[in-house]
Amino acid sequence: MTDVALVELHVNGERHDLAIPPRRTLADVLRHDLGLTGTHVGCEHGICGACTVLVDGAPARACLLFAIQVENAEIRTVESLADPDGGLSDLQQCFSEHHGLQCGFCTPGFLMLAEGYLAEEPEATREEIREVVASNLCRCTGYQTITDAIDDCASRRRAALQAALDTAPEPTAGSTA
Amino acid sequence: MKPATFTYHRASSVRDAVGLLSELAEEEPKLLAGGQSLVAMMNYRMARPGHLVDITHVPGLAGIRRSTGDDGRAILRIGALTTHRAVEKADLGPEFAVLSRAMRWVGHLPIRTRGTVGGSIAHADATAEWCLLAVLLDARIVAEGPAGRREIGAGEFFLGPFTTALEPDEVIVEIVFDRPAPRAALTEYADRRGDFAVVAAGADLDTGSVVLGGVATVPQLVRAAGTPDEIADALDLRDEPGVPAAYRRGLARTLVARARAEAAATTEEDSNG
Repeated sequence: MTDVALVELHVNGERHDLAIPPRRTLADVLRHDLGLTGTHVGCEHGICGACTVLVDGAPARACLLFAIQVENAEIRTVESLADPDGGLSDLQQCFSEHHGLQCGFCTPGFLMLAEGYLAEEPEATREEIREVVASNLCRCTGYQTITDAIDDCASRRRAALQAALDTAPEPTAGSTA
Repeated sequence: MKPATFTYHRASSVRDAVGLLSELAEEEPKLLAGGQSLVAMMNYRMARPGHLVDITHVPGLAGIRRSTGDDGRAILRIGALTTHRAVEKADLGPEFAVLSRAMRWVGHLPIRTRGTVGGSIAHADATAEWCLLAVLLDARIVAEGPAGRREIGAGEFFLGPFTTALEPDEVIVEIVFDRPAPRAALTEYADRRGDFAVVAAGADLDTGSVVLGGVATVPQLVRAAGTPDEIADALDLRDEPGVPAAYRRGLARTLVARARAEAAATTEEDSNG
């Protein structure tokens, strides 16, 4: 009977070597073994989404994964969003400006859900964002302000990308097809 | 809650997984793929396997392969570890686009990024989208056991609630769709988006078949299906807490009509587009 396994986890760019029981979920390892308590645990059966983190860039329920399963993956938690000096990321700033949270319990899950989704679908429409927001539960906001925040963040990122493209030097002749 | 203690095994190949399942047969081993149903059931302690055989690190089990059969028809082979999200994002061509479109009904995005096609079929929930699609499109499930590989038709695969024709030491390797279904659709109704469907319905206009989920313990295929009224009236339904038989029958009627309309609309979009 194996009670403890050696597990190598990569979280927010750092490597951790852990001796943990295989039954420990990723959510519990993040919180209890690594002290990353930004990841919240609500229902523990995949419904509420408070524990959503990124696994190789894709949003996933940390309560429905055993840490030992994701040894080779890059895990990102809500702690990875803000600058080291505490400055909010653009997504967090949008949640703040649009009042996309009240009690804040669900917020880390929504942030990581949106972070993963917008990275994959930068052109997401408001309708598509609404459908993705339905993945997680929030009992305070009524979801409208969360949708507003994510939609606004997506717009700002598109505008920033466009501005960067507009100011980029003209490609030299022959460099494009 | 937290899952009960188990011993973890990481399979390096399908053969390795089959060997572990055979070796541990007396101690309730369970395969772990995406875990989006199994781990939830373990957290509830509805499932308490003594051993988990993790197949997610087995190379070659994820991915979609398209080929052409002897008669020139497209054949789609979906590896067991392919995620719902991968199918949703894939360009499967007009013959199998119904599979990608149906994925929006599977849980929510963070479930679809981890949940797998093979896992969903092995779990055999009577309302699961993959079980319905496999039955509607006469898919074949390829399973490997100690004696090698065999193919099981989807029509013979689902035996009861969470019960399949798989032997305890068999592993699903891939699912083969070899009948193009350019005019097919799946739709469903749940109280909240992403919940298990109360009733789900699929229709293939080319075969005239209809499949229904949530009306029996396994997906119900109706070949040469009649009108939505005839299909709904023929269902053997009982009143259940919160879901009267008449309500379920009404849903079946509406959803069959809706699935057919969506299937027809899809064809128009393709020919216009």
